[in-house]
Amino acid sequence: MTVVTALIGVAGLAALGPLAVVLGVCPAKHAASNVTYGLSLIVSLMLCTIALLSLFDAQSTTVTLPLGLPWLGAHFRIDALASFFLVVVNLGGAAASLFALGYGRHEHAPQRVLPFYPVYLAAMNLVVMADDAFSFLVSWEFMSLTSWALVIANHQLHENMRAGFVYLLMASFGTLTLLLAFGLLAGPGGNYSFDAIRAAHPAAGVAALTFVLALTGTGSKAGLVPLHAWLPLAHPAAPSHVSALMSGVMTKVAVYGFLRIVFDLLGTPDWWWSILVLALGGMSAVMGVLYALMQRDLKRVLAYSTIENIGIIFAALGLALAFKSEGLAWAAALALTAGLFHVFNHALFKSLLFFGAGSLLNATGTRDMEQLGGLIHRMPQTALVFLVGCAAISALPPLNGFVSEWLTFQAILQSPQLPSWGLKLMVPAVGALLALSAALAAACFVRAFGISFLGRARSPAAENAREPDALSLAAMYAVAALCLTAGILPGFFIDSLAPVVQALAGGRMPVQAGVEWLSIVPIAEGHSSYNGLLLFIFLIISGGVASFAIHRLASNKIRRGPAWGCGYPDAGPTTQYTADSFAQPIRRVFGTVLFRAREIGEMPPPGSTAPARLKVELHDPIWETLYEPIAAGVSLAAERLNYLQFLTIRSYLSLVFVALVLLLLVLAIWP
Amino acid sequence: MAVIREIAFQGMQMLLVLLLAPLLTGFVRKVKARLLRRQGPPLLQPYRDLIRLLRKDVVLADNASWLFRVIPYFIFAATWIAASLVPTFRSGLLFSWSADLIAVIAVLGSARFALALAGLDAGTAFGGIGSSREVMIASLAEPAMLMIVFTLALIAGSTQLSTMAAFMNSPEVGLRVSLGLGLIALIIVAIAENARIPVDNPATHLELTMVHEAMVLEYSGRHLALIELSAALKLLLYVSLIACLFAPWGISPPSAEPILLIGGVAAYLAKLAAGGILLAIFETAIAKMRVFRVPGFLGAALMLALLATLLRFVSRSF
Amino acid sequence: MRGLSFDIAHMLAGSLVVVSFLQLYQDRLSALINVFAAHALVLALSVAWQAFAQDAPHLYITAVIALVFKAIVIPVALRRIVVRLGIHREIETVVGVGLTMLVGIALVALSMVVMLRVTAEADPLAREDLAFALSVVLLGLLVMVTRRNAVGQVIGFMSLENGLVLAATGAKGMPSVVEFSVAFSVLIAFIVIGIFLFRIRERFDTVDMQAMDRFRGEQR
Repeated sequence: MTVVTALIGVAGLAALGPLAVVLGVCPAKHAASNVTYGLSLIVSLMLCTIALLSLFDAQSTTVTLPLGLPWLGAHFRIDALASFFLVVVNLGGAAASLFALGYGRHEHAPQRVLPFYPVYLAAMNLVVMADDAFSFLVSWEFMSLTSWALVIANHQLHENMRAGFVYLLMASFGTLTLLLAFGLLAGPGGNYSFDAIRAAHPAAGVAALTFVLALTGTGSKAGLVPLHAWLPLAHPAAPSHVSALMSGVMTKVAVYGFLRIVFDLLGTPDWWWSILVLALGGMSAVMGVLYALMQRDLKRVLAYSTIENIGIIFAALGLALAFKSEGLAWAAALALTAGLFHVFNHALFKSLLFFGAGSLLNATGTRDMEQLGGLIHRMPQTALVFLVGCAAISALPPLNGFVSEWLTFQAILQSPQLPSWGLKLMVPAVGALLALSAALAAACFVRAFGISFLGRARSPAAENAREPDALSLAAMYAVAALCLTAGILPGFFIDSLAPVVQALAGGRMPVQAGVEWLSIVPIAEGHSSYNGLLLFIFLIISGGVASFAIHRLASNKIRRGPAWGCGYPDAGPTTQYTADSFAQPIRRVFGTVLFRAREIGEMPPPGSTAPARLKVELHDPIWETLYEPIAAGVSLAAERLNYLQFLTIRSYLSLVFVALVLLLLVLAIWP
Repeated sequence: MAVIREIAFQGMQMLLVLLLAPLLTGFVRKVKARLLRRQGPPLLQPYRDLIRLLRKDVVLADNASWLFRVIPYFIFAATWIAASLVPTFRSGLLFSWSADLIAVIAVLGSARFALALAGLDAGTAFGGIGSSREVMIASLAEPAMLMIVFTLALIAGSTQLSTMAAFMNSPEVGLRVSLGLGLIALIIVAIAENARIPVDNPATHLELTMVHEAMVLEYSGRHLALIELSAALKLLLYVSLIACLFAPWGISPPSAEPILLIGGVAAYLAKLAAGGILLAIFETAIAKMRVFRVPGFLGAALMLALLATLLRFVSRSF
Repeated sequence: MRGLSFDIAHMLAGSLVVVSFLQLYQDRLSALINVFAAHALVLALSVAWQAFAQDAPHLYITAVIALVFKAIVIPVALRRIVVRLGIHREIETVVGVGLTMLVGIALVALSMVVMLRVTAEADPLAREDLAFALSVVLLGLLVMVTRRNAVGQVIGFMSLENGLVLAATGAKGMPSVVEFSVAFSVLIAFIVIGIFLFRIRERFDTVDMQAMDRFRGEQR
């Protein structure tokens, strides 16, 4: 039975945790690291294969274990939706384990990372397989706790501890809202299994409240604005393979939670739900990428970019909700396929980018882009795969990012059929926001790749960088090859998503397997189509023909010399553009309004030989308008309530007496 | 047999755009010069420039990487393919269904991504100026272009260029407000994307005014020839795009009758000439904008295109 | 032919909205006056087309009045005033162009929603022209709100009035008496405002509204 095999695999992963502790005392160098990551790789690949077979099989299998609550047990199920997300989770886990086989050797304190890593993978798998609210929430909490432990692995840095604190706070808040949501869904009967919840039809008010709670809970874990504040703090703090898992995989588990609750358990959605999801998605997309453009830390850029992509995914899911609430099943299928394809794509290229950032961190010792530069000469292979990742995330054909973006735009073009006025105004606005975020993402990744890898080295650390080891490179090449394949042969992936989409949206996209020349057609043949393979072949042929013709018929000689630079004598690597200066035009156009960005020049008094300094001042609008007032309010309340600590015994007794009397009154009056 | 004929037509289009691109650039320069009461360079001068550059050695900066050498070929391939997919004298070419208008724009976006990287590769300040300004302009021009695509797709019912051209040529299209808004926005975006006055000056080499020229400052020899040819192809692409979407009269339908094809080619040449003259007049009549007024200009295009899309969403008759 | 006249009427009404956006985009007074002249010209063309399509010859008079007064006389007079006051080169918008245009789009969306919902049973041509007219009115108000200079605010008021004329002609014509009285009241208002502007300028050396707040005598 598929579920049972999967559960055995997950148990194996969980057992690797204590095994890593035991192996930690082994004197052989890197023994614990090799064994843990190696076995995680094997088990993840096995789980991925099981999930793939289950996806093609389109059968759902369940099992109930006598664990957990005595009257409930622990239900686990693998249906189409679960199998797709299991593929995503385990593919990400396998890639991260392969990368960590090489990267983990540089870890200073492996005993703080190794025990938690396999348990983290196991918890994520369990969340996806859970079939009742209790196992879902327990696995969700395990996922949060183990990732928290991994975030504070490098505890000497104060900012990592702060990141862990904020992360724990937001994760607890998310779990609280999910707990309330499941409580509302289970109703007064208290049957927490998903089958029972699916059969019950809650009242409209209860469904609306559950939807808002579920969106808050899963959205905060996924990184939707305005609940994203923990993400750019926590993701960079963890070791790079864990960051890849958190950004690439854990956020997708949160998307799974949203899909499961809103699309599966809640039944038919109301029309205004989609407006909320669309608005949050569009806002996250634009704000995420604008934040990313202001950062100097490479991993923080990637973390904010995750927020942007989650915004794109939620915008597509919002469209699917809108179509589903109007009963347009085929359009909902198109939007849902676009969202799920982007889930898969983002897991791939975000992991690739984090692997690259981890290799850079190991090679140069710094994540600050302003200290890097010229690394394309010292680390050519890393540069190549990082370039593939940057091009994929900027939605450039013929890679995979473009296909999911194209499908999202095709879904937007079907939306004039929606009758609601709110949607008629919201969808073009969200379309414009998505287009804006795509263009800004390209700018962001030109900056990330160009400043880190191109140009000249800005510090001695960058001059002495070396390629990472073969295993890390192999992981990056494998993921890059998958990105290219998904971009060139998207029809195959779209067809694999059909059972998932059929279950959630009630319709599916047209069968892509039979289309001529392997194009994809989202609506019908002859309507709109895209062929990634042909574009790729044309690009290679034209480039090759041009290169061959020119080298044969014209000239192929090369001379080297100093850079021209309009004839100015070159003062050195400090004259080239920095990350801040590259972002200056965009900061000036968008940042003055959004971030109150100011450039302040501090000039020394005349006669002083101190240098002038240019400072860029940015304000985080969401932190200042949402989080700081709440934190201040909590502080204030805590201070006021502190008086309760210092009352006399008589006051305490009177408090107890008053509380008792009030409760009795309530019992007396309650009808 | 029919397949071979279709491949021949597609090949003809590819050759036609390649050969006409430098001629269009030369024509615009000639008209501009004549408007300024100068003789101007000969019409075929761009061809001579390209041949001269192709024969020269390439001088590479010391720290230029393999990416720097590969990028001109990639940009040329991408722009050539994009230009071959826009209907010029005949719609419904063999491979026109492999990429719709959104894909054409994205392919041009890849070319721009590569060019911005090339600007950063040499490690000088000028490349950085060009790349940072280029991505700022792109961050507004690309969304405006996508909104224009949405407007047109909502009117024509498909994002496929041949379908759009056929619809615009049919009597059902009527005179619509959103088309007017889209045309104005498309002209603004075309000017920005092709680095024309008032957004950028294609003839300047002053560092404070360069955008496109700053990114290609370090290129020489055959690399520079390819990049200039790509810029000419991009201008041809945008003029052809405006012509096939807003002035589609004369485009031959998918058939093989020689009279229709010759008519299509003649109409296309006439449209190119008209576009070139209008562009030259426009460039001569106004001055280049300060760099930080360009976002306002492009923002206006984005707003117009957004308004056009909004109107199409709100009612079918707009 | 009905389809084409529908489209042309729409086109002209839409052009009026576009010219209103163009007014929002200008930040110098002399450019604003030129665009206002274009605004009045497009209004005249739109009213003339309505006269042709609805077969209502008295609307031709409205068109001629709009053309002569608002497209020629008033802009010329305003330009003279502005040059004499010496403010023809000042930048006088309060908020940045981007934000203003974004608010403008939101206003157009709002007027679409309101008009098309409220008039659900009416004739399609009239409904959508009314929606455009309401947009022009709201955009005219926005011009008034975002200009610091009194002259700019007067132009905003005039383009608001153009929107009202568009609405009135779109709804199956308006009697000439109304138009004459409206035109004369505009002229009188204009003369009065002109006199006031000169007095203000003489007294305070400026027509900048924000500077004049200082003289109001209220504590802030």
